[in-house]
Amino acid sequence: MSTHNPKDTKEAASERNGNFSRRDFLLKLGIGLNIVAGAMISIPLIGYVMSSFVKILPPQWTLLGALDKFPEGTTRLATFENAYKRPWDGEAAIIPCWVRRVSGEEFQVFAINCTHLGCPVRWFEESKLFMCPCHGGVFYEDGEHAAGPPPRALYTYKYKVENNELFIAAGIMPTLARPDV
Amino acid sequence: MNGTPKKSLTTSAFQAAQGVFLWLDDRLHISHLWEHTAGHPIPKSAASWFYVFGSATLLSLIIQIITGSLLAFAYVPSASEAYESLLYLTYEQDLGWFMRAMHYWGSNFMVGIMLLHMTQVYLFGAYKYPREITWITGCVLMLCTLGMAFTGQVLRWDEDAYWGLGIGAAIMGRVPFIGEGLVSLMLGGPIIASETLSRFFSLHVFIIPGTILALVAVHLRMVLTKGINEYPKPGHLVRRETYDKEYAAIIKKEGIPFAPHGIWKDLAAAAIVIGGILFCSAVFGPKGPTGPPYPADIDTLPRPDFFFMWIFAVAALMPEYMETFGLLVVPPVVILILFALPFFNNTGEKSWRRRPIAVLTVILIYLVMGILTYLGYTSPWSPQMDAWSGAPTPASFVKGRPPLELQGLIVMQNVQCRNCHAIDGAGGHRGPDLADVGARMTKDQLVRQVVQGGGNMPAYGKNLSPYEVEAVVSYMASLRPKGQPPARDSTVPGVPPTREAAATQKKHGEG
Repeated sequence: MSTHNPKDTKEAASERNGNFSRRDFLLKLGIGLNIVAGAMISIPLIGYVMSSFVKILPPQWTLLGALDKFPEGTTRLATFENAYKRPWDGEAAIIPCWVRRVSGEEFQVFAINCTHLGCPVRWFEESKLFMCPCHGGVFYEDGEHAAGPPPRALYTYKYKVENNELFIAAGIMPTLARPDV
Repeated sequence: MNGTPKKSLTTSAFQAAQGVFLWLDDRLHISHLWEHTAGHPIPKSAASWFYVFGSATLLSLIIQIITGSLLAFAYVPSASEAYESLLYLTYEQDLGWFMRAMHYWGSNFMVGIMLLHMTQVYLFGAYKYPREITWITGCVLMLCTLGMAFTGQVLRWDEDAYWGLGIGAAIMGRVPFIGEGLVSLMLGGPIIASETLSRFFSLHVFIIPGTILALVAVHLRMVLTKGINEYPKPGHLVRRETYDKEYAAIIKKEGIPFAPHGIWKDLAAAAIVIGGILFCSAVFGPKGPTGPPYPADIDTLPRPDFFFMWIFAVAALMPEYMETFGLLVVPPVVILILFALPFFNNTGEKSWRRRPIAVLTVILIYLVMGILTYLGYTSPWSPQMDAWSGAPTPASFVKGRPPLELQGLIVMQNVQCRNCHAIDGAGGHRGPDLADVGARMTKDQLVRQVVQGGGNMPAYGKNLSPYEVEAVVSYMASLRPKGQPPARDSTVPGVPPTREAAATQKKHGEG
């Protein structure tokens, strides 16, 4: 004699026959709805986090200063306010760079970041060398690699001269992945 | 008659307290929870001094959570104000400096004790069957802890933090194909600025600590389900088929409840850790902040915190051709090996006394890390930026020299040779010390080296006039220890020195 719960008989028997029970259907519906909901909620989450990964900003023409700030034949430190700036960036948005006025309107504007691992290179007028304080990278006055671990010459900014003022195309921290900013 | 009510008052107070406790216990099941967690049985042999590091790491974590939460009372995670708020915390907020010091020293203790814990687990074979998951969650916890150390150093938002982020971005920039996006993702924008600080704040305060707490729960749960490793006996091998039964037998035969019978050494270690953090905080104080995070202020020597100094050294010492490989491929491979360890080394000997390779591995890793850290602090590869204007020239290297050589010394000083070359120890150590260069190189070799550079030295040909080269080389050729002859060109057939020549050399060599 079977002693099973009479309430259960119908559904159990139907399941044994390979049919979907109501309970089974509702469980699967619940899981399915949550998969859809999970996908929907993850779209904005991933989109929010990855926006900076996807959004690659172009450089912006940025004023460095009047030409007479940079005498011919010298290399001088200049600073500019980064084009992409938040009001609460503070001094972090004031970016330095090295301006070499070769002659007349011919310039070389070097990023401050060493091409090895991004530390700030320093200019030595007497030996006409840039030296890096972190791992000992050294560059010549035209930015070419002179010694140490850096894999390439200093990064340079594109520049233009308008109305006796020097502009550079800047706004993005240069790295090996994006050396031409 | 007087004594009786007084006594019954104490008794009734005690009974009331007991009643409250029993009521709470009935509703919350505290004693049941306690018995099954803190009171879990451990092998008697595991109540050892070697087994205190896990609980000590957990204690450090608790201290970090408390001090960190308190620091957040005053800290402002805004690029324009974080540095100011740090100065306020350090110099104006009552005991702010001490809270910062405890958080800083707490982090040092946490990383240090965690490494000891990991070393002990490795040497005692505790990662083997059946505790693989405990090991893996522990590895993830280690990565999270190092993540906390790095993000914490960013929140200090001083010049080291700023340029540390620059180094991080430069490493990301070496990733092929997606490097550009990764840099932007890490910085939260095109440059190191407000959104960089905000996302590191979120990582340090919400995301990583949340992950750590969840993983600690799993890690501890594993201690309960699989038991604490018995103190390994040399020659007693782990076999998958028999280990569980053997462990159950050990627990049955000599198991003791961790609390209260096996806990006293952990308690003693806890007191030592708290005392150590308090002592270091009071004596050495907080770290930094160093200079303000103004990128335009480039007069800076960026250095990472203690835990990452060895990476800083590796980055300087790796040959250029393997650098990207070393920075991007080696770390994931090492982490993978750590994760996989319990699977390719799952059974067998547990005791370090019979695992010489394990012992040698540990010694090797500690030696390498120690030496790299030392090198990171001394960083002989970095030019000493102010040596040319600041390093003294010993009197014996100046006295009694002809004008040409003195002029050479002046040129040498002016064109920053000393930033990389010391004279008798004073100056940079990137290149060789020049105190005996005249005994090592001939005049011709010196001219070539100065003009053309090479061997990791820049060429000075364009920046020095022929007269200056002549002066510098004359000076360097004269630098050699007393009694040592000048270097000789090996392609020129040697002539045994005559007596007069030897005498001249001796006179010359007095420098």
